[in-house]
Parts: sequence; C-alpha cells; structure tokens
Amino acid sequence: MKMLSKRNGYFLVAILATGFFYFNGSDVTTSVYATGTVFALPLALAAMVGIMCERTGIVNIGIEGTMLLSAFVAFFVSSLTQNIIIGLIAAIFTGSMMGLILAVMAVSWRMDQIIAGTIINILATGLTSFLYVQGRTIPGVFQSFEIPILSKIPFFGPVLFIHGALTFAGIIIILALYVAIYHTTWGLRSRAVGEHPSSADTAGVSVVRLRYINVTIAGAIGALAGAYLSLELVGSFERGFTAGKGFTALALMIFGRWNPLGALAAAMFFGLAQAYANQLMIDQIVNIPSQFTAALPYIMTIVVLTISAGKVRPPAAEGQPYEKGQA
Amino acid sequence: MSETNVDKKVVKNQSEESRKKFDVGSWLIPIVAVLVAMLLAAILIKLQGLNPITAYKSLFKTAFGSIEGLGVTLGKSTPLVLSGLAVAVGLRAGLFNIGAQGQLLSGALAAAWAGVTFDGLPGYIHIPIALVIGAFFGSVVAGISGFLKAYRGVHEVITTIMLNSIVMAVADYLASGKLREPDQFLTRTSEIAESAKLPIYGNLPSGFFMAVVLAISIWWILGRTTSGFRIETVGRNRHAAWYAGIPVKRTVISAMLISGSIAGLGGAVETLGITYRYAPAFNLGLGFDGITIALLGRVHPIGIIPGAVLIGGMRAGAANMQFDSGVAPELVDLLMALILLLVTAPLITRFFKNSSNKSMTSGWGN
Repeated sequence: MKMLSKRNGYFLVAILATGFFYFNGSDVTTSVYATGTVFALPLALAAMVGIMCERTGIVNIGIEGTMLLSAFVAFFVSSLTQNIIIGLIAAIFTGSMMGLILAVMAVSWRMDQIIAGTIINILATGLTSFLYVQGRTIPGVFQSFEIPILSKIPFFGPVLFIHGALTFAGIIIILALYVAIYHTTWGLRSRAVGEHPSSADTAGVSVVRLRYINVTIAGAIGALAGAYLSLELVGSFERGFTAGKGFTALALMIFGRWNPLGALAAAMFFGLAQAYANQLMIDQIVNIPSQFTAALPYIMTIVVLTISAGKVRPPAAEGQPYEKGQA
Repeated sequence: MSETNVDKKVVKNQSEESRKKFDVGSWLIPIVAVLVAMLLAAILIKLQGLNPITAYKSLFKTAFGSIEGLGVTLGKSTPLVLSGLAVAVGLRAGLFNIGAQGQLLSGALAAAWAGVTFDGLPGYIHIPIALVIGAFFGSVVAGISGFLKAYRGVHEVITTIMLNSIVMAVADYLASGKLREPDQFLTRTSEIAESAKLPIYGNLPSGFFMAVVLAISIWWILGRTTSGFRIETVGRNRHAAWYAGIPVKRTVISAMLISGSIAGLGGAVETLGITYRYAPAFNLGLGFDGITIALLGRVHPIGIIPGAVLIGGMRAGAANMQFDSGVAPELVDLLMALILLLVTAPLITRFFKNSSNKSMTSGWGN
C-alpha cells in the first residue's frame, strides 16, 4: 500500500511537471518529449534484456556487447546487401547467438556470470573494432511514419505515434513483456526459476531449458536495441557506438524494480533529462560544457543506483548457477 | 602478541594453500589459450584475404626481434602490468574493478598536470611527486566505487564503468580547457618538464622495473601480511570474513583504493615515460586490457608480468604489422578478446568454485 502510493506520487509529479512545461511552451515541450522518447527507447529495450535474464536468475552484464555487435552487424550487413531488412534479421540472429553464448557460459559451464558478461563485452568490442571499416553507407534508415488518427492527438501524437518501425516494435515488445511476465504461464515459470530454482524444478519446470530460452530471446531483444541505433536513430556505425547504454540499462532495470513498465518509466526519465539538457544547450539558456551533458546519463546512473540500492529486492536466485539437487 | 602470531600462522597456511591453487600444472591453460586465440584470429585474417603468417611474423619481429623493439615493448607493457595488477588486486578481494580504465586516465591526466606545473624541481623529487599524485587520483576514482559498494551495496561493475565515462568526459573537458597547451587548438596538455620524464637506461624504460618491483611487493603483501590476508579472506567468503571479525567494509574500500592507486600509477607511468603529455586518445583500452591480463596471469601478481609483456609486444608491433601485411592493428583487440574467452572458461570456474559455495557475485545487492 505504501509502495503503491509512493509510485502514484511519482506519477503525479511527472504529470504535473509535464503539464507545467506544456502550458509554458507546447511546441518545445512536445519536441523535447518526442526526443526524450527517442533517447529512452534503446535504454528501455536494453533494460528488457536485463529483466528477462534476471527474472530467471541470470545476471546479464553483456547487454552492452550484445547491442554493440548487433548494431555493427545490422549496419555491416545492410551495407553489404543494400537492404536494411536483411541487416535487421542478421542483427537479431547475432544477438540471439550472443545470448546463447552467455547461456552456455552461465548455465552449462556455471561460470561467474559477471565475468561471462564481461567476456561478451570485450569480445564485441574486439570484433567490431577489428572488422570496422570506414566509409561504408547504408541505403537508408527505417523512416518515421505517422500512425493515422492517433498521431493527430495533441502532445501524445507526436511523442508516441510518429516514429520509425523499430520504435513501434520496441514499444510493443516492452508492453508484451510486461503482460507476459505477470500474466502468462511462461512468466510465472520464469519468475519461479529466478526466485527458487529448486522448487521450480520440483514442480516440473526445466530450469536449464527455461534459462537458455529466456537468455537467448533476451539477446534478440538486445539486438533490436542495437539495430535501432544503427538502422533507425543514427544510420551509421562507429567504434564504441553504444557508449555504455547497456550498463545504464541495468541501472534502469534495478530502478524499475525488475518490472518492464517500471524500467520503461525510468528510461523515459533518463531520456527526458537528456533531451532537456540538449534543449537548454540549444536555447543557450545555460552554458554547460558539452562534456558534462555527455556525462549526465552516467552520473544519473550512479545516483539512481545509490538511491535505490538496498531498497529494492532482486530475484533471489540471481547470479547463482543452478545444480540439480541443491537446496 | 598472541593474536599476531595466530594471524601469521593462518597466513602461512593460507599462502601455501593458494600456492597449490594457482600453480599446479595450470600454467598450461594461458599458453594454450594464447595459441588457440592466435589460430582463430589467423582464420579471420585469412578470410579477409590477407596472410596471417606474414602478419604474425612482422608483429613479433617488431616487438621482440631487437633491443630497440624490446625497449618499446617493455615501455608499452608497463601500464599494462599495472592495470593488470589493479584488476588482480580487486579480484583477490572479490571485487571486479572494470574501471581501471577511468582510474588510469585520471592518473595520467593528474601526472601530466604535475609534470607541467612543478617545473624546476630536480628529477628525483619531481618524478615521485607526479607518480604519487597520479596514484592518488586513481585511488579517489576507485574509492567512490569502493565506498558505494561497502556502504550502499551498489555493484562495483556498474559504478566503475560509469565512472570510466565520467572521468573521460571530465578529462576531456580539462584537457580542452583549463589544462590545454597554451596557443594550441588540439585537446591536449603541454609537454611535461624534462625533470618529470622517466629515465631510460639504454633502451630499457625504468618504469617497467618499477612496475615489476610493485608486482612483487603486491604479491608479498597479499601472501605474507595481515592486511593481505584480510583482503584474500574477504574475497573468498565475505560472510566468513565478517564472522571472523574482519572489518569487511573497510577491507572492501581499502582494496578498491589500492587497486585504483595502482591503476592511477599505471596512467602516471604512461604519461611520464611514454606520451609525455595527456591527450584523450592516448590511453584508450589500457584499463580493459588489464582485465584480460589479470585473468591470463591467473590473478597472480607476478603471473601478470609475462601476459602484460606479450600484450605490450603486440601493441608495439601492431602498426608495423599493418604496414607489412595490411592487417588492421585492431587485430590485437580481437586477440585479447579471444584470449580472455579461452582463458576464463576453465580457470574462473575453478578459482571461484574452490573459494566458496556461492559465486563471486550473487546479484546486485551486498
């Protein structure tokens, strides 16, 4: 009850603040929120990767690497075939493979999961910087389009319903994941495996199989986040392209209490903060050095973790390899 | 008096145990890992239509084929020894410091500042001052993570990674603003004073020998002293350590401070011995190389040295390799990743499985 009212409090503050800004300047506010959504989406999607893995008890610190390699593959294959759809498919395949590798290391080899994730990250950095060539181009990006009728709603239309295909796919995945985790058999089983694997095992759920499936699908979602960056948002690829988004996403996941909607809200908060900082710079209201606006999400990540750590409870079996017959 | 005696006895037993754990036949694993990684990378080079044998020949000939080359190799290896050592100290305490990068950067910038500012001092004072300042700033950056870990339970992997980016932004800001070389447009500091440059004996950089001495001291501290014993115990089983009366929080913070100061020293040595100034692109990746090197050296302070020399040699020879064979110098990054993948799978499972019934990190809390 206390939790609920606190959450409602956050929402109230958010709505009031939005309203205040909107009535002060509706055009600017709308564009800031639209930009904020664009910034938030890859973070939110990456947080979904974390949620899917950790709900089954696997810590995935390799989100960054998954996104980076997928973004690269998406760009590279699109450029080779001159077809961004094929690039997207290749990226999703890559992401699933990264997930599978993590599952092999974490589930079958029972490696330390933090180290396993770090290997994924370093592998992705190594591969992308080795294979990266300058001067490649792709035939285009996933263009923004308007969803008829809905996009005409003031404020919400431009913010939520004028985007590229991958953004819409991302939003649908986030909502679907929320429903799936709390309202399907799969979700219940996943949560059980993440909380108390031996009980789930006793009840006939295959811990190993479910962990493999979830981590692999999560890899595919991470690939979508990466492909979104290179094929929709930016339209190119550079070394170190993902710039720590995969790690920020983990903080958002914790801040959002391992709940997809919570993480989405946290990601929106981050995205909006960045969009506002950018807007302030454009308007030259304040003169913040560009390095500090660049560092803003990282500082916010640490602050958010410092506030929420100790107050949130992660899935109980998180980070622990499962052996049949353990208590 | 009796207490210290007991401690010493335990330390002795413990170090014997750790000797067993790290030394029995297992040095084969890193060697095999390096060879297999090179083989895999050779296949990728072949797929690019280039000749892997020419590439490797050029790489190693440049790095180890001459006294001059060896000098460059050891110079490149110096910060790697230190960043590997920094990661290893963290791992011994059960902390995964992947922020060696940021700590190293802050050390490099601070040393550059000290190298420029304290002009006019004799070398034997100037160099130690610059090194200590570099180490201090490295430990400050790591200390933030250590403090948050100990008192707020925030996982060090995330805070150190975030601090990497924050430090990079701050360093970039300072190097393009307050600390920028006067009358220049490049984002970099002025060249440090002659008195701050590390001496080079023949072709051999003195920084390397300093790093080796430090590695030996760390090995001695971890294996032979009470504070080392505390660090190792906390690393093996935090709950048991707490139960035995070891101040866990303080040990976590001090391990992080030591780790950060070593990384900061690595950056300082890089500035004073090789680059002679700070510029944003100079030190990229050194901290992450430290992770691979620490694990390649089996998390043993002295075992790190050969790994660091190998990687340093590859870094030293990479440019020439591109000239001779057309293979991109980023091959070294790829090799590092493959080596890490191959060396950790069998090693880490054993290292952490013996140490406690739980894995090193159980989630994001505690």
